[in-house]
Amino acid sequence: MTMDAYKYEDGSISYPGHPRGPGGTEPVDTVDLSEYTAEVVTWTKSTATPPGVREPNTLAIVEFDVEGESVRAIVQLTTDDVETGDEVEPVYVEELREPGAGIREPESQDWDGYRFDPV
Amino acid sequence: MERVAVIGASMTQFGQREGWILDLLSEAGIECLDDAGVDAEAVEHLYVSNMASGEFEGQTGVPNALAHDLDAMPAYTQRVDQTSSSGGAGIYAAWQSVASGASEMTLLVGGEKMTHRTTGEATDVIASLTHPVEYKTGVTLPSFAGLTARHYLERFDAPRESLGKVAVKNHKNGVDNPHAQFQKEVDLETVLESPIVADPLRLYDFCPITDGSAALMLCPKSVAKEYTDDYVVIAGIDGATDTHVVHEREDPTIMGGVVESGKGAYEMSGYGPDDIDVAELHDMFTILEFLQMEGLGFAEQGEAWKLIEEGYTERDTGELPINTSGGLKSKGHPLGASGVAQGVEIYEQLMGEAGPRQVDADIGLTCNVGGFGNCVITTIMEAAQ
Repeated sequence: MTMDAYKYEDGSISYPGHPRGPGGTEPVDTVDLSEYTAEVVTWTKSTATPPGVREPNTLAIVEFDVEGESVRAIVQLTTDDVETGDEVEPVYVEELREPGAGIREPESQDWDGYRFDPV
Repeated sequence: MERVAVIGASMTQFGQREGWILDLLSEAGIECLDDAGVDAEAVEHLYVSNMASGEFEGQTGVPNALAHDLDAMPAYTQRVDQTSSSGGAGIYAAWQSVASGASEMTLLVGGEKMTHRTTGEATDVIASLTHPVEYKTGVTLPSFAGLTARHYLERFDAPRESLGKVAVKNHKNGVDNPHAQFQKEVDLETVLESPIVADPLRLYDFCPITDGSAALMLCPKSVAKEYTDDYVVIAGIDGATDTHVVHEREDPTIMGGVVESGKGAYEMSGYGPDDIDVAELHDMFTILEFLQMEGLGFAEQGEAWKLIEEGYTERDTGELPINTSGGLKSKGHPLGASGVAQGVEIYEQLMGEAGPRQVDADIGLTCNVGGFGNCVITTIMEAAQ
């Protein structure tokens, strides 16, 4: 399991990757963000969650520093004992939400992934 | 390019309604035809703003069905879906149809039927607009609001109470709107002690789940004079998008779609933020009222909360009344209807028909936000000279 971001000609990185990046350029490389720690930019504990989602569901926008280039992601956290600015690291989980419970087609989703835990 | 007039408006009772999407759309459509004094056979284009009747109800093909129910055949029909900004996008589509000369009488009806679904199901239908990397985390639109609100409060050292005061103000305005879902005041203590939904935001920071419909009748200014001496003109309108993926925005407190659509609407109209007398902003969450005030130039970045604290946006005493209708917060948010209903409120304000909600206004603005700022329509209307 990887957490692939795309790298573009100008050095910028996006997660998720897009087929066209800045200036309409194609991606030139991928970066596996699961190999990095990240910093919490902001977070929330959601208590009104949709079918198939854990309750409460603590989420954060985190920022990775990949060799001087920053890239952000929205992730689940393992705990709500967290503050803005905390460093977090990925922990593999087999299921982020129950595939059959939501309205999207389950097979269209990758349901395993990473939760992030304070370092 | 034709100047486009609005000559009629209507909205149904918002809230938990009997009947299904077609019933609601028909109710608003018939009332709008009556309000404008236009025969259904005169309607050349019929637009329906609706996000998800297929997902909520299993009903598709709604525009054609509505044309039949209104006896508006053979009008051209089209559904406009832009998630929560479907209504604003409908105004843009209807404006384009008239401004281009393609139609001399365009009826826009927006609506949504949602309350038969559980809160979790409705939340999931709405969250399905997110990117898969967002959706699989279980993120909801309220979660985005919680993430953004915490960032805003921490970064700009804004008090939590200022967000609560948005809810208090809009509920107070909704008391005088007979079509509003909630016609009751709430005090700040109630807002701040309500259950947490996505901290730091609580239940009263969020709009409800709502059924309802609203409609507007548009035609060229030259045609409007055949029907009435009193009407409203769309002075400026524009739409814009921001990133689909919310966390990819460089600054979480700037909604690029609001900024860009606002710029376009101001440029077309020749007006600026200081010219606006009244505004309807998309307060699906209290934090959104701040972000739109700043994106539209009513406040500097990080300072909208100060204007709330000063009473600048109060209906009866403020310099710029915002959400005189009660906003989505109190009036309700039937997705496809909301942007149209914003237009209905500004139409009524400019026509002097807002009753106890009336403010002194010649120029009004609506800002309708889809997703979490993913797509935005800003419209500026003025009373006919």
